[in-house]
Amino acid sequence: MIAVVDYRVGNIRSVLTALNRLNVEAALTDDPDELETADGIILPGVGAFAAAMDELRNPGLDKVMRQAVQRGTPLLGICLGMQVLFSKSEEHGEHSGLDLIAGRVKRFDKNLTVPHMGWNQVEIARPDCPLFDGIEDESYFYFAHSYCAAPAEEEAVAGRTEYGTKFCSVAWRGTVFATQFHPEKSGECGEHMLGNFADFCGEE
Amino acid sequence: MLARRIIPCLDVKEGRVVKGTSFRGLRDAGHPVETGAKYSREGADELVFLDITATLESRETMVDMVRRVADRLSIPFTVGGGIRKTDDMARLLAAGADKVSINTAAVRDDELVSEASRTFGSQCIVVAIDGLKQDDSWQVYVESGNTPTDWDAVEWAREVERRGAGEILLTSIDEDGQQTGYDIEFTAAVADAVSIPVIASGGAGGPQDMYRVLTDGRADAALAASIFHYETYSIEGVKHYLSERGLPVRL
Repeated sequence: MIAVVDYRVGNIRSVLTALNRLNVEAALTDDPDELETADGIILPGVGAFAAAMDELRNPGLDKVMRQAVQRGTPLLGICLGMQVLFSKSEEHGEHSGLDLIAGRVKRFDKNLTVPHMGWNQVEIARPDCPLFDGIEDESYFYFAHSYCAAPAEEEAVAGRTEYGTKFCSVAWRGTVFATQFHPEKSGECGEHMLGNFADFCGEE
Repeated sequence: MLARRIIPCLDVKEGRVVKGTSFRGLRDAGHPVETGAKYSREGADELVFLDITATLESRETMVDMVRRVADRLSIPFTVGGGIRKTDDMARLLAAGADKVSINTAAVRDDELVSEASRTFGSQCIVVAIDGLKQDDSWQVYVESGNTPTDWDAVEWAREVERRGAGEILLTSIDEDGQQTGYDIEFTAAVADAVSIPVIASGGAGGPQDMYRVLTDGRADAALAASIFHYETYSIEGVKHYLSERGLPVRL
């Protein structure tokens, strides 16, 4: 079973319906026991960084997720769910994240149209990343964000996207994966990628 | 590269897609879920569903429709029409809408855009602006283009950006439904005034109009209803036309 973390930020249901379309067993949950026994965890989310971290910390979901990752449970962060996996964010002041991937979250350059909204291409930097299995280089995915993450280690950059500058749109470190775009809203390519994550978790 | 978006708009009345000419002679044009799925298969980058009745009963129908659309579609969609409060938005977003579009209520309620963007994030708050040309400027009209306001459209666009809107859906009332091209000057004036994405609407007659509004009009996305509903052009055909002329599109 894949647990989709329910922490009251934005449109979380769409990840669950995408997994249902793929016939992957998944549940929306904020129950620590369910997260502990899950074969994989997806952390979705849209909205503000600090508010999201509060929603994770208050019920102690941050600790539960850290422990799950230490045990080797695969984790996929999506959009804001990607950003909170990093060490720190500069969104409205400085805030600490889950620090599962070393690096910072920064705002896009002021000269750009922000939010970065719409379909953009992902250049595969780490073809060995399981998320990219069967996905062509430069495929389009759907983005909607104003901040982006910069991993401290180059190895953690699995995919890049060009928007004014090249930013990290897919991060990967061990069993922790993250996409800045919304695979659940990215048509067939996105569904394929969610399927790859489910396969990695051992779900069919 | 960030692709330019082609967005079909579906007018929904009592749970059905309708189409008409100049707001009259509305005919049934199918089920929103089926029609949306068809456009998605044909390569639409997003969909916009507008509840054109927007009565209390139809809003209930809309929430149910949003749920069924969300179950079937794997591309983003926006829902608009009759949204007055953040509670209305919360219900639509919880049902699976990715963005909500507000128009009249954004003008009537000074706090709504700021409150909505704080609560749900800018990326899901679209402000729809309907402008009517007055000499060399454009005046904002609300209530489906029936009621003039004191706002100049360019000033209003700047103001909603300041309040936290994530995107502007800009319609030229003069051009709407005419199929003789978007108002390029209007679109460019607004796109130059703000740094959030602008979706151009009103007047699409063919791919050449979309090319012009995405280049000279500096729009990030082009919305159309009639040309897709009447199957004058296919979404795929429009995208090939744009691609051949060097615009980045998702094919």
